[in-house]
Amino acid sequence: MFEALSSKLNGVFDRLRRRGALSEADVNEALREVRVALLEADVALPVVKDLTTKVRERAVGVEVLKSVSPAQQVIKIVNDALVEALGGGEGDSGARGLDLNAPSPVPILMVGLQGSGKTTTSGKIALRLKNREKKKVLLASLDVHRPAAQLQLETLAKQVGVASLPIVAGETPLQIAARAMDLGRRELFDVVVLDTAGRLAIDEALMDEVAQVKAATRPHETLLVVDAMTGQDAVNTARAFQDKVGVSGIVMTRIDGDARGGAALSMRAVTGAPIKLLGAGEKLDALEDFHPDRIAGRILGM
Amino acid sequence: FRKRRLDEEALEELEETLIAADLGVAAARRIVEGFRKTRFGKEVTDEEVKAALAEEIAAILAPVAAPMPLEPARAPHVVLVVGVNGTGKTTTIAKLGQQYREGGLRCAFVAGDTFRAAAVEQLQIWGDRTGARVHAPAKEGADAAGLAFDALTAARADGTQVLLVDTAGRLHNKSALMEELRKVIRVIKRVEPEAPHSVLLVLDATTGQNALQQVKVFKEMVDVTGLAVTKLDGSAKGGVVVALAQEFGLPVHFVGVGEKAGDLRPFEARDYARGLVGLA
Ligand SMILES: Nc1nc2c(ncn2[C@@H]2O[C@H](COP(=O)(O)OP(=O)(O)OP(=O)(O)O)[C@@H](O)[C@H]2O)c(=O)[nH]1
Ligand SMILES: Nc1nc2c(ncn2[C@@H]2O[C@H](COP(=O)(O)OP(=O)(O)OP(=O)(O)O)[C@@H](O)[C@H]2O)c(=O)[nH]1
Ligand SMILES: [K+]
Ligand SMILES: [Mg+2]
Ligand SMILES: [Mg+2]
Repeated sequence: MFEALSSKLNGVFDRLRRRGALSEADVNEALREVRVALLEADVALPVVKDLTTKVRERAVGVEVLKSVSPAQQVIKIVNDALVEALGGGEGDSGARGLDLNAPSPVPILMVGLQGSGKTTTSGKIALRLKNREKKKVLLASLDVHRPAAQLQLETLAKQVGVASLPIVAGETPLQIAARAMDLGRRELFDVVVLDTAGRLAIDEALMDEVAQVKAATRPHETLLVVDAMTGQDAVNTARAFQDKVGVSGIVMTRIDGDARGGAALSMRAVTGAPIKLLGAGEKLDALEDFHPDRIAGRILGM
Repeated sequence: FRKRRLDEEALEELEETLIAADLGVAAARRIVEGFRKTRFGKEVTDEEVKAALAEEIAAILAPVAAPMPLEPARAPHVVLVVGVNGTGKTTTIAKLGQQYREGGLRCAFVAGDTFRAAAVEQLQIWGDRTGARVHAPAKEGADAAGLAFDALTAARADGTQVLLVDTAGRLHNKSALMEELRKVIRVIKRVEPEAPHSVLLVLDATTGQNALQQVKVFKEMVDVTGLAVTKLDGSAKGGVVVALAQEFGLPVHFVGVGEKAGDLRPFEARDYARGLVGLA
């Protein structure tokens, strides 16, 4: 795919056969191909527009070098803009992963659409915190909607070797959250992961419910879990979760697939929240750190 | 409504509406090009444009809108349900079970996801709610193919008319997992060479352009006979289905519009097309 973009841009510049500096017309021609490449990678349209505007500003007037083709020069500018938009490049603080810098027990709230990978990621986070940071982790499922959701998390807790909140039938998510935090305090847990039911961004009642859970537990991290295969709707989802719940970080799952993952860019652009972790498989150890340059390359098809 | 001229700018806006609905650049362009030929320069209202666009899209979708053929007399008609992780396979089985039972058919489920935590229990609860017998593995991590073999054998003996086989979610680019799915089919064929009679691929409407790759590989690997599109009750429009219709022509049987057993509808080309362009 990266090959595809390179060869398309080469085609553009061959046709133009320009020397000297890149004119606005040259750049616009090239940006048409860039736009298509980004859209094919599922970057959301408004985000594509912002990005191409930025690239236009930087590319127009750039001297064409002897050593590199103009296509490669434009690709580098696009790539750099992408890396920056993903939180890398110059302004990058280098801080990755979860922020646990708060009084124990530190609540982490998992939110997102149905089936995005929240419960599995909860298990993965528990495993990572237990092994790497020697934390005492409690897993609690607030999902009273999906059949066997609480049992799913309890099973994962056993596989990981961490505690899970005993299941009590008939409680509301808010009651479960209160019980989880209470147990977390009494038994001196370092971290309490609150897994929630999947919900649609347009489901007012369920969005209110999770906002209430958030207000009651004051999580130090609120992680929006999104599927790497997500299409243009990523902007709507991200905006709704940011507005109604507030998001401190993004976890993108299923990067073990072959989706280009443009949703990462859309989500990051809309929420301003960093991408903190990547899900790279169904197994509990398949959790990776996020590297802006790698995802940028993936979006461009490298 | 105000009329405006359908000029280049208006056409570009239309293309963007379609792209934002996940049709993809190529399909969006093809549709807008067709539109340019017939209507360019005309004075039209927004509503008229949308309605006309919906008609154009409905014409693309109409050939793939078809119910899933079902022959209960096969006792059982075997439906294998496949797809990538988390799309809604298990829930769709519950919905189908409910629908068929309401139609007076005897259904059973096979809990073929022996891998994911509590996947069996999830289907068991749906079986209880919808009145379907659930064939579950004897122990955790059991072989899905072996379970399917036993379940089909039992279903033939007990007069089950529709046997819905759940499978673990798997990414199409993982060849070992796709091979495992082929093995399930081979073993089913040992009991009944004509089975599975349907292979239903479940797609999530939130998915973007990767759905093309999913359909391509699942079709090649396991002879998908039709599609279901879930989660259309959300803000995602599921426009990639238009590109899928043009590229593969596989029938689309169902849409999922919620998390309850009753939330399954037939795929209707016209309704779907109107949803895509933002007409209720
Ligand atoms: N391949 C792959 N599969 C994943 C990944 N993360 C989760 N899954 C799978 O995705 C499916 C759904 O995961 P869940 O953790 O149940 O998703 P969820 O968001 O909790 O779902 P709901 O609670 O129903 O909203 C399961 O089959 C998981 O095994 C990942 O990074 N890669
Ligand atoms: N809103 C909505 N949610 C749905 C729909 N269909 C399924 N879901 C939800 O999506 C999530 C995943 O559904 P499952 O049926 O477990 O998906 P699956 O494909 O079996 O998942 P794996 O077995 O883990 O691969 C659950 O929370 C379901 O309730 C739908 O049509 N609309
Ligand atoms: K919708
Ligand atoms: Mg869950
Ligand atoms: Mg399932």
